[in-house]
Amino acid sequence: MTTTAPPRPPAAPPTPQPLFGRVTGRLLRWWRQLTAMRTALVLLFLLALAAIPGSLLPQRSLSQTKVSQYFTDHPTLAPVLDRLYLFGVFSSPWFAAIYLLLFVSLIGCVLPRAVEHARNLFSPPPPAPRHLHRLPESARLDTALAPSAALDAMEEELRVRRFRVVRRDGRAGPELSAEKGFLRETGNLLFHLSLLALLLGLAGGKLWGYEGSILVTEGQGFCNSFQQYDTYSAGPLVRTKDLTPLCVDMTDFRAEYEQNATAASYTADIDYGLAGAATRNTTIGVNHPLRADGDRVYVTGHGFSPTFSVTLPDGTAFTDVSAPFLPADTATMASEGALKLPDLGAGATDQLALQGFFAPTGVMQGGVLVSADPRPLDPKVAIFVYRGYLGLDSGLPQSVYSLDQTQIDRNRLTKVGAANLSVGGSTTLDDGTVITFSGYKEFAALQLSHDPGQVWVLGAAVALLAGLLGMLLVRRERVFARVGPAPDGGGTVLSIGSLTRGSADTGPRFSALTDQVRTALAARADRTPEPDAAAPSDRGRAPEKEIPTS
Amino acid sequence: MIDPSLAALSDHLFTVSVVLYSLAVVAFCAELAFGARTDRVRTGELVAAGGVGAPAAPPVPDTGDGLSQESPRARRLGTVAMVLTVLGLLSHAAVLVTRGMAAGRLPWGNMYEFATAVVLVAVLAYTVLALRAPVLRHIGAFVLGPVVLAMVLIGLFLYASAGPLVAALRSWWLGVHVTTAILGFGIFFVSGISSVLYLLRSRYEQKLAEGAAPSASLLARLPSAAALDRTAHRTAVFGFPIWTFAVIAGAIWAESAWGRFWGWDPKETWAFIAWVVYAAYLHARTTAGWRGRPSAWVNVVGLTVMVFNLLYVNMVSTGLHSYAGLN
Ligand code: HEM
Repeated sequence: MTTTAPPRPPAAPPTPQPLFGRVTGRLLRWWRQLTAMRTALVLLFLLALAAIPGSLLPQRSLSQTKVSQYFTDHPTLAPVLDRLYLFGVFSSPWFAAIYLLLFVSLIGCVLPRAVEHARNLFSPPPPAPRHLHRLPESARLDTALAPSAALDAMEEELRVRRFRVVRRDGRAGPELSAEKGFLRETGNLLFHLSLLALLLGLAGGKLWGYEGSILVTEGQGFCNSFQQYDTYSAGPLVRTKDLTPLCVDMTDFRAEYEQNATAASYTADIDYGLAGAATRNTTIGVNHPLRADGDRVYVTGHGFSPTFSVTLPDGTAFTDVSAPFLPADTATMASEGALKLPDLGAGATDQLALQGFFAPTGVMQGGVLVSADPRPLDPKVAIFVYRGYLGLDSGLPQSVYSLDQTQIDRNRLTKVGAANLSVGGSTTLDDGTVITFSGYKEFAALQLSHDPGQVWVLGAAVALLAGLLGMLLVRRERVFARVGPAPDGGGTVLSIGSLTRGSADTGPRFSALTDQVRTALAARADRTPEPDAAAPSDRGRAPEKEIPTS
Repeated sequence: MIDPSLAALSDHLFTVSVVLYSLAVVAFCAELAFGARTDRVRTGELVAAGGVGAPAAPPVPDTGDGLSQESPRARRLGTVAMVLTVLGLLSHAAVLVTRGMAAGRLPWGNMYEFATAVVLVAVLAYTVLALRAPVLRHIGAFVLGPVVLAMVLIGLFLYASAGPLVAALRSWWLGVHVTTAILGFGIFFVSGISSVLYLLRSRYEQKLAEGAAPSASLLARLPSAAALDRTAHRTAVFGFPIWTFAVIAGAIWAESAWGRFWGWDPKETWAFIAWVVYAAYLHARTTAGWRGRPSAWVNVVGLTVMVFNLLYVNMVSTGLHSYAGLN
């Protein structure tokens, strides 16, 4: 208590009011600081800095494999980085903290401006400042015209230039205020508000969107359900029953190449439709997804599934069994994979598996099979044959593209053969089982995506660009003028000043304006030979010689 | 498919452009050197003559027309330099035109072509600026010097022979997204150099005001700091919406090519970083305490990010944007 008690009791007994005032005062100060342009600037920098590790370190959202590799390569560093969310920068709390602060700052900064802008739109331009010659651009023109006539000429010039003009009787003489370029401020507000809209669209897409990938071999298909996908990711608010019941069958897949083996196109012919409804067919490919009912289906890759025939010693034949081999090198389509045959009929320890390498155009190089071309000109496989227990029912998940190494290490799966085969070639195992490489099928990697936010994001992005153009290309100009009698008593002095935002070289434009006004004044003076006789307009006021025009 | 003689012509024109630009750099340097001599004499006169010098010729040659003080010889050299630059520009444009004709497609399908086009836009932007405001001609050596360096590096390390496009690039979004990215980048290039020169020149002017400036400095021949700063800002203001559009167009293309409009692929991440840095630059220009040198530094950082995005992301990291054609 003693530490918090005020040192001098007589001084200001603590009442709730000043405490409340202090707290709100501090909050207000924080709020002002947060919404200051300088804070926004710092936050912008932080955002840029924060994005950097996301591009330098492997990210889970892009490649889980690379993250695992990083963990293997840097066993001590990786867990530390992981605790700092550095393998998922863009979904980390601290990245979110920065952009949320930025957006709070933006709201605090932009909303008051929007209100003021709306008020300005419906109120006349402000009165002329007292000292026109202190404005960035100013000029004084002498004319023989009467004050109001001179101001008339000025007003006409400004109206031709699409200014809003207001005339007032100021303390220092009749004056005029003109303004144009509201689009600049409107553009600024549109731009900053679009940023908010864009963020909301992004967030919506993350919450309600999902994406699933699956390898589909020619002649097969899939329906849109999470059980069917090889991998999928879904936002937290996606409910399984919301998934569109879309089914896709791939009838044909083609990869076309230029002479120099550059990939020219990948296309898949598909039949698609809602479950139970009529199907339609179309062709999709790179840059040409299927768009149906808010879902999109893409071809994201392709590869080969070598097919084999296995004939057991008792004559039982399994023809054309195949599994997708994943491309390890997209330039030559050299692929790796495994074909698991758990159901050959005999016991659980009599399962067979082929693991190996597929080359669409195989050539032997120093006794090793390599692929020379991505086109299937001369397909070959190099396989190891294993027999034993695959461990598929062990309850532990395993990759479909490789054998479970632990089963091999435990000698429950043993190598019983190895062969390099061309199409039609075969190898015979110790027990008389014959394995024939019968050919290949092509598969496509298909991806179904659903992102309800993306139309909003696009709309926001277009609005953002429009706002940006308005903000950067439109100048906001204010021009003020005042008339008074010339010091020597003969004629009138027209003082002009202008203030421009958003343009660097205002000088030439201002002198063009003053030149035009000067010509207009001269023309009018010629038309009314006797300026002093001109009747003052009802807006004009008799010049007061006592008030200096400064 | 590929027309080998046109492709070879394109490669020869590349060399011709480098030679023309190099000659232009020499001429620009000569102009600066001769200009500096007259300038020093003039400054000396001013000091000696006290108040006799015309008040219209302040010690810091201002933006208005720094050229009026130039000796006829320097002016002639400047004209020669500009002519060489324009010839180089024409030959440089022809590099891309012939390559596009050789391959029967838009000539920005790999990193060599992209970088060549960016440099073309930078030279074009400089030429337009210099023709519109002759003072800015004096930054020629500082623009074309880096240009020659960039061209040599591009020719040595990024070269890829003319070939067909990979499947993913066969879309008219290539024309929209990559063309605007090239435009934005080229303009930012000139903007960044203006800011670098602004930083040098403003320090020089500060020293000049303190009376501690070296007597014969090349910096004396540069446009005033204010003019350089204005040039940097105006080009950035011009480039920023273009860059914004390029990023948006990229996102639209990614939506149909890669299955999502934004995925924090390294290229996307760095494009975003560059965008944020340029937005920060535009803000800094209107923020108290950041005007002048600090904001110019932000612009320099922006250019660094753009160059990093081109080099690092294509050559070191792997992502969906790996179309560099370097293997
Ligand atoms: C993602 C964040 C933001 C981006 C990308 C952004 C972008 C921009 C751009 C490009 C300009 C144009 C500058 C010019 O007129 O040359 C601008 C102007 C402006 N921004 Fe932002 N901004 C952001 C956040 C903010 C925040 C948080 C604030 C308020 C604290 C703010 C306040 C302003 C103001 C007041 C202007 C007008 C400057 C002027 O015209 O004088 N902005 N903004």
